[in-house]
Amino acid sequence: MTAPTDQQLIDFVIRETRLIDQHRFEEWLDLFAEDGFYWMPLEWGQTDPRLTTSLMYEDKLLLKIRVERLKGNRTFSQKPKSRCHHVLQTPQVDSRNEAANEYVTWTPMHYVETRLDQQDLYAAWATHTLAMVDGALKIKLKRVDIVNCDAAFGNIQLFM
Amino acid sequence: MARYRGNLEAIKGLVRETEVHRDVYIDEEVFQLEMEHVFANTWAYVGHDSQVAKPGDYYGTTIGTQPILMVRHTDNTVKVLHNRCPHKGTRITTESCGNTGKFFRCPYHAWSFKTDGSLLAIPLKKGYENTGVEQSHAGRGMSPVKHVHNYRGFVFAKLNDVGPGFEEFFGDSLSSFDNMVDRSPAGRLEVAGGVLRYMHNCNWKMLVENQTDTCHPMVAHESSAGTAIEVWKNAPPGAKKPMAVEIYAPFMAPYEFFENMGIRVWPNGHGHTGVHHSIHSDYSAVPGYFEKMAAAHGEERAKAILNENRHNTVYFPNIMIKGPIQLVRVFKPIAANKTLVESWTFRLVDAPDMLLERTLMYNRLINAPTSVVGHDDLEMYERAQEGLHVDANQWVNLQRLYDPSEVPDTTAVTNGTTEWQMRNQFRAWSKFMTMSM
Repeated sequence: MTAPTDQQLIDFVIRETRLIDQHRFEEWLDLFAEDGFYWMPLEWGQTDPRLTTSLMYEDKLLLKIRVERLKGNRTFSQKPKSRCHHVLQTPQVDSRNEAANEYVTWTPMHYVETRLDQQDLYAAWATHTLAMVDGALKIKLKRVDIVNCDAAFGNIQLFM
Repeated sequence: MARYRGNLEAIKGLVRETEVHRDVYIDEEVFQLEMEHVFANTWAYVGHDSQVAKPGDYYGTTIGTQPILMVRHTDNTVKVLHNRCPHKGTRITTESCGNTGKFFRCPYHAWSFKTDGSLLAIPLKKGYENTGVEQSHAGRGMSPVKHVHNYRGFVFAKLNDVGPGFEEFFGDSLSSFDNMVDRSPAGRLEVAGGVLRYMHNCNWKMLVENQTDTCHPMVAHESSAGTAIEVWKNAPPGAKKPMAVEIYAPFMAPYEFFENMGIRVWPNGHGHTGVHHSIHSDYSAVPGYFEKMAAAHGEERAKAILNENRHNTVYFPNIMIKGPIQLVRVFKPIAANKTLVESWTFRLVDAPDMLLERTLMYNRLINAPTSVVGHDDLEMYERAQEGLHVDANQWVNLQRLYDPSEVPDTTAVTNGTTEWQMRNQFRAWSKFMTMSM
């Protein structure tokens, strides 16, 4: 198996958020490994997703429920639909472990979510743990640390 | 122009037998009066004593819109103090927790106070000689909230002298707290996991009413719980149903399920859904838990505790608890159209970690600002907050399963889709709103 180059890791992360911004959620889901997780901690520097509360800690099944729900005929909180926009710094490759098939990137970002007249801006860091699966990069874990993770937010309906 | 202040009849006119006027949700003057009366004459939830486990530990919060703090005093009792320096008004602690040691020190002018609020020292005190400061409000230190009660770890306070005592106010409704605490083999809970804070652009009472609104889940949550069920149908045959699907699926239970679960109302605006069963009844057993419960309580008693699966218990005015999953939600009023929802979770001391894991999963799937179930509900509250500005109809209807012989301020068990508990809340609202006018 050919190891990904740093540039391939960077391109992957950038494309991943582009799929979200373009509402290509099925394609986005396909970027996750079957045992992949999306994690949005509630606590600053949180280490445990299980016995500490998170804003999101979702496997592929739960992510699929979200994606299906966004399309639903009776999903009233998406009538009209939310839109979102990511601005990323260039992802940095933090670690490459070819033996363990594990690559970690770190990406500071601003995320805007809008609906009707409401626009919310969030600042966050995304940490991607990636692996090569059947010749393609997949997400084992996408961790999104919001700078003010413990603040009282209104609805966050899409994906950072 | 004040329409409601000093106008008792106008306040009384807001609540009818089966409907309430929209001003209870959208009028800022009514909101201000609620803060002065409803939240002062009732026993408001402050926090859990495990948040202040050691002397000097404090936790800053609010009753209504007033800053208070809870602190563990040097004698190990829990005190509740008005959270302002008696000198210039500086809030002594922020809305957070920490340990202050043996005394509080105001960060502005370094006045210091013992953890019961009494004045300890003022810098350059000679500047107050012969000024009579001892007789001033400032000279008496931080004012304690006089009426404080710790019920099995849950700390409540009442700001005004008027209003019923703790036992009279809560009565038999405390049985829901009992069941939650009894589910610990050690008979003790600890705050755990971290609090979810979710801002709502709606009136606090919409959230309170929704807790016993059993005709909305299969409608408003079809988008989330219904989708979860549909997606799970595609799981490979024989796959074990995940904890998350066990949590989501019962929201889609049919009307009959909710009719049959029953609602119990208590005096003073308290009540609960899930008298006979609830959405929490059919969760998978957690290995090792029953054995611990049986060892602690005996098998019979352990079964009785665990077979009580109350759904939502509302304590007037503004909290809801879920005994079977150790959750307390506080609906903190900020303005007529703004409410902060805090969802607190608890560890059953001595129980397997998997129970806390499930509690935390429930909390983030249902109560987080990132929760799809939360999105469903908030959309409805915010639409109601807007819709109530229609002048053509200024009343909210609470008539479902109303019987003209319905007795106010009583204990009763009835059909699980009744709006009696909502009527019960508004009767209590009227009572405590006007009690000190």
